[in-house]
Amino acid sequence: MKRLASLLLCLCVAPTWAGEVTGTPKLDIGRGGQCVEDTQWMRKNHMHMLKHQRDEALRKGIRDEKISLKNCIECHASMKDDSVIARADSFCVGCHKYEAVKLDCFECHSGKRKSAWLQQRDAK
Amino acid sequence: MSEIDTQRRNFLKTSAGAAAVLIAPGFMLFDIAHGKPQGASNKVRWGMLIDTAKCKSGCNDCVTACNRENGLSGGTAATDSQWIRKIELKDISSGREVSLPMMCQHCENPPCVDVCPTNASFKRVDGIVLVDKHRCIGCRYCMMACPYKARSFVHEPLHDQNPDVPRGRGTVESCTLCVHRIDQGGKPACAEACPNNVILFGDLNDADSEIAKKLRSLSSVQIRADLHLNPGVRYQGI
Ligand code: SF4
Ligand code: SF4
Repeated sequence: MKRLASLLLCLCVAPTWAGEVTGTPKLDIGRGGQCVEDTQWMRKNHMHMLKHQRDEALRKGIRDEKISLKNCIECHASMKDDSVIARADSFCVGCHKYEAVKLDCFECHSGKRKSAWLQQRDAK
Repeated sequence: MSEIDTQRRNFLKTSAGAAAVLIAPGFMLFDIAHGKPQGASNKVRWGMLIDTAKCKSGCNDCVTACNRENGLSGGTAATDSQWIRKIELKDISSGREVSLPMMCQHCENPPCVDVCPTNASFKRVDGIVLVDKHRCIGCRYCMMACPYKARSFVHEPLHDQNPDVPRGRGTVESCTLCVHRIDQGGKPACAEACPNNVILFGDLNDADSEIAKKLRSLSSVQIRADLHLNPGVRYQGI
Protein backbone atom coordinates (compact mmCIF):
# COMPACT_ATOMS: atom_id res chain seq x y z
CA MET A 1 0.00 0.00 0.00
CA LYS A 2 2.78 2.33 1.01
CA ARG A 3 4.68 1.53 -2.14
CA LEU A 4 1.61 2.27 -4.23
CA ALA A 5 1.17 5.61 -2.48
CA SER A 6 4.75 6.63 -3.13
CA LEU A 7 4.46 5.50 -6.74
CA LEU A 8 1.42 7.71 -7.17
CA LEU A 9 3.26 10.53 -5.52
CA CYS A 10 6.20 10.11 -7.89
CA LEU A 11 3.88 10.21 -10.85
CA CYS A 12 2.44 13.48 -9.63
CA VAL A 13 5.75 15.06 -8.83
CA ALA A 14 7.80 13.90 -11.79
CA PRO A 15 6.26 16.05 -14.53
CA THR A 16 6.93 19.29 -12.66
CA TRP A 17 10.56 18.41 -12.32
CA ALA A 18 10.90 17.23 -15.87
CA GLY A 19 9.55 20.55 -17.02
CA GLU A 20 12.47 22.51 -15.60
CA VAL A 21 15.65 23.05 -17.49
CA THR A 22 18.12 22.73 -14.66
CA GLY A 23 15.79 21.97 -11.74
CA THR A 24 17.72 24.33 -9.51
CA PRO A 25 16.06 26.94 -7.36
CA LYS A 26 15.53 30.38 -8.79
CA LEU A 27 16.77 32.87 -6.29
CA ASP A 28 16.42 36.55 -5.73
CA ILE A 29 20.11 37.34 -5.23
CA GLY A 30 19.47 40.94 -4.25
CA ARG A 31 22.16 43.41 -5.16
CA GLY A 32 24.67 40.64 -5.87
CA GLY A 33 28.11 41.63 -7.13
CA GLN A 34 31.53 40.21 -6.37
CA CYS A 35 31.37 37.81 -3.43
CA VAL A 36 34.21 37.15 -0.97
CA GLU A 37 34.81 33.75 -2.60
CA ASP A 38 33.56 32.26 -5.85
CA THR A 39 29.97 31.10 -6.10
CA GLN A 40 30.67 27.39 -6.11
CA TRP A 41 32.98 27.65 -3.10
CA MET A 42 30.42 29.66 -1.18
CA ARG A 43 27.70 27.20 -2.01
CA LYS A 44 29.66 24.40 -0.41
CA ASN A 45 31.39 26.23 2.40
CA HIS A 46 29.42 29.25 3.54
CA MET A 47 28.23 27.41 6.64
CA HIS A 48 31.79 26.71 7.79
CA MET A 49 32.76 30.28 7.11
CA LEU A 50 29.81 31.61 9.09
CA LYS A 51 30.45 29.26 11.98
CA HIS A 52 34.10 30.19 12.20
CA GLN A 53 33.32 33.85 11.91
CA ARG A 54 30.57 33.83 14.52
CA ASP A 55 32.92 32.46 17.18
CA GLU A 56 35.62 34.96 16.29
CA ALA A 57 33.21 37.88 16.30
CA LEU A 58 31.23 37.04 19.40
CA ARG A 59 33.81 35.46 21.67
CA LYS A 60 36.91 37.41 20.65
CA GLY A 61 35.42 40.58 19.25
CA ILE A 62 37.19 40.04 15.92
CA ARG A 63 34.71 41.61 13.55
CA ASP A 64 35.95 41.02 10.06
CA GLU A 65 35.24 43.86 7.69
CA LYS A 66 34.38 41.55 4.82
CA ILE A 67 33.30 38.22 6.20
CA SER A 68 30.18 38.66 8.25
CA LEU A 69 26.56 37.58 8.14
CA LYS A 70 25.56 41.22 8.02
CA ASN A 71 27.56 41.67 4.84
CA CYS A 72 25.93 38.59 3.28
CA ILE A 73 22.60 40.24 3.98
CA GLU A 74 23.78 43.63 2.77
CA CYS A 75 24.43 42.24 -0.71
CA HIS A 76 21.91 39.44 -0.94
CA ALA A 77 18.78 40.84 0.65
CA SER A 78 16.13 41.33 -2.00
CA MET A 79 15.96 44.80 -3.49
CA LYS A 80 12.19 44.48 -3.19
CA ASP A 81 11.78 43.71 0.51
CA ASP A 82 15.32 44.12 1.93
CA SER A 83 15.25 40.58 3.31
CA VAL A 84 17.06 37.28 2.74
CA ILE A 85 14.20 35.29 4.29
CA ALA A 86 10.90 37.00 3.56
CA ARG A 87 9.76 34.91 0.57
CA ALA A 88 10.10 31.40 -0.83
CA ASP A 89 12.66 32.62 -3.37
CA SER A 90 14.61 34.82 -0.94
CA PHE A 91 18.34 34.24 -1.09
CA CYS A 92 18.70 32.00 1.97
CA VAL A 93 15.27 30.39 1.94
CA GLY A 94 15.31 29.36 -1.72
CA CYS A 95 18.28 27.00 -1.42
CA HIS A 96 17.63 25.83 2.10
CA LYS A 97 14.14 24.76 1.13
CA TYR A 98 15.45 22.97 -1.92
CA GLU A 99 18.14 21.22 0.09
CA ALA A 100 15.74 20.58 3.00
CA VAL A 101 18.22 22.02 5.49
CA LYS A 102 16.67 23.82 8.43
CA LEU A 103 17.66 27.45 8.52
CA ASP A 104 17.73 28.68 12.09
CA CYS A 105 20.19 31.57 11.98
CA PHE A 106 17.25 33.90 11.68
CA GLU A 107 15.48 32.87 14.84
CA CYS A 108 17.93 35.24 16.50
CA HIS A 109 19.59 37.17 13.68
CA SER A 110 17.78 39.73 11.61
CA GLY A 111 17.32 38.84 7.96
CA LYS A 112 17.00 42.49 7.01
CA ARG A 113 19.45 45.10 5.75
CA LYS A 114 20.47 47.33 8.59
CA SER A 115 19.52 50.46 6.65
CA ALA A 116 16.01 49.11 6.07
CA TRP A 117 15.68 48.06 9.69
CA LEU A 118 16.68 51.52 10.89
CA GLN A 119 14.18 53.13 8.56
CA GLN A 120 11.44 50.87 9.84
CA ARG A 121 12.34 51.57 13.47
CA ASP A 122 12.48 55.31 13.00
CA ALA A 123 9.09 55.28 11.28
CA LYS A 124 7.57 53.81 14.45
CA MET B 1 19.16 7.55 -7.02
CA SER B 2 16.01 9.51 -7.69
CA GLU B 3 15.93 12.34 -10.14
CA ILE B 4 15.64 14.93 -7.41
CA ASP B 5 18.66 13.51 -5.61
CA THR B 6 20.70 13.67 -8.77
CA GLN B 7 19.72 17.23 -9.35
CA ARG B 8 20.54 18.24 -5.82
CA ARG B 9 23.88 16.57 -6.16
CA ASN B 10 24.63 18.28 -9.41
CA PHE B 11 23.55 21.57 -8.02
CA LEU B 12 26.17 21.29 -5.32
CA LYS B 13 28.81 19.58 -7.43
CA THR B 14 28.98 21.45 -10.66
CA SER B 15 28.82 25.00 -11.70
CA ALA B 16 26.02 24.20 -14.15
CA GLY B 17 23.49 25.31 -11.57
CA ALA B 18 25.29 28.58 -11.27
CA ALA B 19 23.05 30.10 -13.93
CA ALA B 20 20.35 30.54 -11.34
CA VAL B 21 22.59 32.42 -8.96
CA LEU B 22 25.23 33.64 -11.35
CA ILE B 23 26.38 36.98 -10.18
CA ALA B 24 26.25 39.86 -12.58
CA PRO B 25 29.71 41.23 -13.22
CA GLY B 26 30.36 44.28 -11.17
CA PHE B 27 31.73 45.19 -7.85
CA MET B 28 30.31 45.79 -4.49
CA LEU B 29 31.10 48.16 -1.70
CA PHE B 30 31.05 46.94 1.85
CA ASP B 31 29.20 49.85 3.24
CA ILE B 32 29.42 49.03 6.93
CA ALA B 33 32.64 49.14 8.84
CA HIS B 34 32.05 46.57 11.55
CA GLY B 35 34.74 47.58 13.92
CA LYS B 36 38.25 46.59 14.71
CA PRO B 37 39.34 43.41 12.97
CA GLN B 38 42.03 42.86 15.61
CA GLY B 39 39.41 42.04 18.23
CA ALA B 40 38.98 42.81 21.91
CA SER B 41 42.10 43.64 23.91
CA ASN B 42 42.98 42.24 27.32
CA LYS B 43 44.69 45.53 28.18
CA VAL B 44 41.28 47.09 28.46
CA ARG B 45 38.62 46.62 31.11
CA TRP B 46 35.36 48.31 30.24
CA GLY B 47 33.26 49.61 33.08
CA MET B 48 30.86 52.29 34.20
CA LEU B 49 30.68 54.69 37.10
CA ILE B 50 27.18 55.72 38.12
CA ASP B 51 26.71 58.94 40.02
CA THR B 52 23.51 58.35 41.97
CA ALA B 53 23.51 61.92 43.31
CA LYS B 54 22.70 63.19 39.82
CA CYS B 55 20.21 60.46 38.94
CA LYS B 56 16.61 61.66 39.06
CA SER B 57 13.81 59.64 40.57
CA GLY B 58 11.15 58.99 37.95
CA CYS B 59 13.54 59.46 35.03
CA ASN B 60 13.64 56.36 32.86
CA ASP B 61 15.65 57.61 29.89
CA CYS B 62 18.48 55.07 30.20
CA VAL B 63 15.96 52.22 30.27
CA THR B 64 14.09 53.57 27.26
CA ALA B 65 17.32 54.01 25.32
CA CYS B 66 18.41 50.44 26.14
CA ASN B 67 15.06 49.02 25.06
CA ARG B 68 15.19 50.93 21.80
CA GLU B 69 18.81 50.04 21.08
CA ASN B 70 18.47 46.36 21.84
CA GLY B 71 14.92 45.84 20.62
CA LEU B 72 13.36 44.97 24.00
CA SER B 73 9.60 45.35 24.31
CA GLY B 74 9.79 47.61 27.34
CA GLY B 75 7.39 45.38 29.25
CA THR B 76 8.16 44.71 32.92
CA ALA B 77 6.20 41.50 33.49
CA ALA B 78 8.06 38.52 34.94
CA THR B 79 8.49 37.05 31.46
CA ASP B 80 9.68 40.26 29.77
CA SER B 81 13.36 40.88 29.15
CA GLN B 82 14.81 43.74 31.14
CA TRP B 83 18.49 44.54 30.69
CA ILE B 84 18.50 47.66 32.83
CA ARG B 85 16.07 48.74 35.55
CA LYS B 86 15.60 51.82 37.66
CA ILE B 87 15.73 51.11 41.38
CA GLU B 88 14.53 53.42 44.13
CA LEU B 89 16.21 52.98 47.51
CA LYS B 90 15.10 54.47 50.79
CA ASP B 91 17.05 54.52 54.00
CA ILE B 92 14.31 53.97 56.55
CA SER B 93 16.07 55.59 59.50
CA SER B 94 17.02 58.83 57.79
CA GLY B 95 14.41 58.89 55.05
CA ARG B 96 17.10 59.54 52.40
CA GLU B 97 16.05 58.38 48.94
CA VAL B 98 18.27 57.38 46.05
CA SER B 99 17.40 56.43 42.50
CA LEU B 100 19.81 54.41 40.37
CA PRO B 101 20.03 52.26 37.26
CA MET B 102 20.91 48.60 37.78
CA MET B 103 22.12 46.21 35.14
CA CYS B 104 24.64 43.39 34.60
CA GLN B 105 27.65 44.48 36.63
CA HIS B 106 30.14 42.78 34.28
CA CYS B 107 31.84 40.98 37.16
CA GLU B 108 35.50 40.13 36.98
CA ASN B 109 34.67 36.78 38.61
CA PRO B 110 31.20 36.19 37.21
CA PRO B 111 29.13 33.45 38.89
CA CYS B 112 27.00 33.21 35.74
CA VAL B 113 30.07 32.01 33.87
CA ASP B 114 31.05 29.61 36.68
CA VAL B 115 27.75 27.77 36.58
CA CYS B 116 27.08 27.71 32.85
CA PRO B 117 27.23 24.06 31.74
CA THR B 118 27.79 24.83 28.07
CA ASN B 119 30.33 27.62 28.20
CA ALA B 120 27.72 29.91 26.67
CA SER B 121 28.15 32.50 29.40
CA PHE B 122 31.60 33.91 29.01
CA LYS B 123 33.72 36.93 29.75
CA ARG B 124 35.44 38.63 26.87
CA VAL B 125 39.08 39.58 27.44
CA ASP B 126 38.06 43.21 27.81
CA GLY B 127 35.78 42.35 30.74
CA ILE B 128 32.39 42.30 28.99
CA VAL B 129 30.25 39.36 30.13
CA LEU B 130 28.08 37.94 27.36
CA VAL B 131 25.89 34.98 26.47
CA ASP B 132 26.90 33.04 23.37
CA LYS B 133 23.41 32.21 22.18
CA HIS B 134 24.77 29.69 19.71
CA ARG B 135 25.57 27.56 22.75
CA CYS B 136 22.98 28.58 25.33
CA ILE B 137 20.53 25.76 26.06
CA GLY B 138 18.23 27.91 28.14
CA CYS B 139 18.81 26.05 31.40
CA ARG B 140 18.77 29.35 33.31
CA TYR B 141 21.41 28.33 35.84
CA CYS B 142 23.07 31.68 35.26
CA MET B 143 19.89 33.51 36.17
CA MET B 144 19.87 31.71 39.50
CA ALA B 145 23.56 32.36 40.07
CA CYS B 146 23.58 36.09 39.33
CA PRO B 147 23.36 38.03 42.60
CA TYR B 148 22.15 41.13 40.75
CA LYS B 149 19.15 39.56 38.99
CA ALA B 150 20.60 40.93 35.81
CA ARG B 151 19.52 38.22 33.39
CA SER B 152 16.33 37.51 31.50
CA PHE B 153 15.08 34.52 29.57
CA VAL B 154 13.40 34.97 26.21
CA HIS B 155 10.08 33.12 26.36
CA GLU B 156 8.49 33.98 23.04
CA PRO B 157 9.70 33.92 19.44
CA LEU B 158 11.08 37.31 18.40
CA HIS B 159 10.93 39.14 15.10
CA ASP B 160 12.62 42.18 13.65
CA GLN B 161 15.65 42.17 15.90
CA ASN B 162 18.29 44.85 15.54
CA PRO B 163 20.75 43.43 12.97
CA ASP B 164 23.52 44.29 15.46
CA VAL B 165 21.79 42.66 18.43
CA PRO B 166 20.74 39.06 17.76
CA ARG B 167 18.26 37.76 20.35
CA GLY B 168 16.07 34.69 20.31
CA ARG B 169 13.67 32.46 22.12
CA GLY B 170 15.04 29.83 24.46
CA THR B 171 18.17 31.74 25.37
CA VAL B 172 19.20 33.91 28.28
CA GLU B 173 20.34 37.48 27.78
CA SER B 174 21.50 40.48 29.73
CA CYS B 175 23.19 43.84 29.29
CA THR B 176 25.96 43.50 26.72
CA LEU B 177 27.39 46.90 27.60
CA CYS B 178 26.33 47.60 23.99
CA VAL B 179 29.28 45.58 22.79
CA HIS B 180 28.30 46.26 19.17
CA ARG B 181 28.73 49.99 19.80
CA ILE B 182 31.92 49.61 21.82
CA ASP B 183 33.51 47.61 19.01
CA GLN B 184 32.86 50.53 16.71
CA GLY B 185 34.35 53.00 19.15
CA GLY B 186 31.04 54.10 20.66
CA LYS B 187 29.60 53.96 24.14
CA PRO B 188 26.56 52.21 25.62
CA ALA B 189 23.16 53.61 24.63
CA CYS B 190 22.19 54.26 28.28
CA ALA B 191 25.31 56.34 28.91
CA GLU B 192 24.65 58.32 25.76
CA ALA B 193 20.98 58.90 26.55
CA CYS B 194 21.19 60.01 30.19
CA PRO B 195 20.27 63.72 30.30
CA ASN B 196 22.03 64.16 33.65
CA ASN B 197 25.34 62.52 32.71
CA VAL B 198 24.93 59.97 35.47
CA ILE B 199 26.57 57.10 33.62
CA LEU B 200 30.27 57.46 32.88
CA PHE B 201 31.59 54.76 30.58
CA GLY B 202 35.27 54.02 30.10
CA ASP B 203 38.35 51.86 30.49
CA LEU B 204 39.08 51.07 34.14
CA ASN B 205 42.62 49.98 33.23
CA ASP B 206 43.61 53.21 31.51
CA ALA B 207 44.99 55.46 34.25
CA ASP B 208 44.33 58.54 32.11
CA SER B 209 40.69 57.80 31.37
CA GLU B 210 38.05 59.96 33.02
CA ILE B 211 36.53 56.99 34.77
CA ALA B 212 39.85 55.82 36.24
CA LYS B 213 40.64 59.34 37.43
CA LYS B 214 37.27 59.64 39.12
CA LEU B 215 37.59 56.25 40.75
CA ARG B 216 40.96 57.37 42.13
CA SER B 217 39.73 60.66 43.49
CA LEU B 218 36.14 60.01 44.61
CA SER B 219 34.60 57.51 46.93
CA SER B 220 32.68 54.81 45.07
CA VAL B 221 31.31 51.40 45.92
CA GLN B 222 30.78 48.06 44.33
CA ILE B 223 27.34 46.70 45.06
CA ARG B 224 27.63 43.52 47.14
CA ALA B 225 31.39 43.99 47.35
CA ASP B 226 31.28 41.27 50.03
CA LEU B 227 30.89 38.69 47.26
CA HIS B 228 34.32 39.58 45.80
CA LEU B 229 33.04 39.52 42.22
CA ASN B 230 34.75 42.82 41.45
CA PRO B 231 32.05 44.25 39.21
CA GLY B 232 33.00 46.62 36.40
CA VAL B 233 30.03 48.86 37.25
CA ARG B 234 30.62 51.11 40.27
CA TYR B 235 28.33 53.51 42.12
CA GLN B 236 28.88 56.89 43.75
CA GLY B 237 26.70 58.36 46.47
CA ILE B 238 25.16 55.29 48.05
S1 SF4 C 1 26.07 40.80 37.12
FE1 SF4 C 1 25.20 38.76 36.94
S2 SF4 C 1 25.03 38.39 34.72
FE2 SF4 C 1 26.44 40.15 35.01
S3 SF4 C 1 28.51 39.22 35.09
FE3 SF4 C 1 27.81 39.39 37.22
S4 SF4 C 1 26.86 37.39 37.63
FE4 SF4 C 1 27.03 37.56 35.40
S1 SF4 D 1 20.84 29.51 30.39
FE1 SF4 D 1 22.39 29.47 28.75
S2 SF4 D 1 23.98 30.94 29.42
FE2 SF4 D 1 22.70 30.49 31.23
S3 SF4 D 1 23.77 28.81 32.26
FE3 SF4 D 1 22.26 27.83 30.90
S4 SF4 D 1 23.37 27.47 28.98
FE4 SF4 D 1 24.62 28.92 30.18
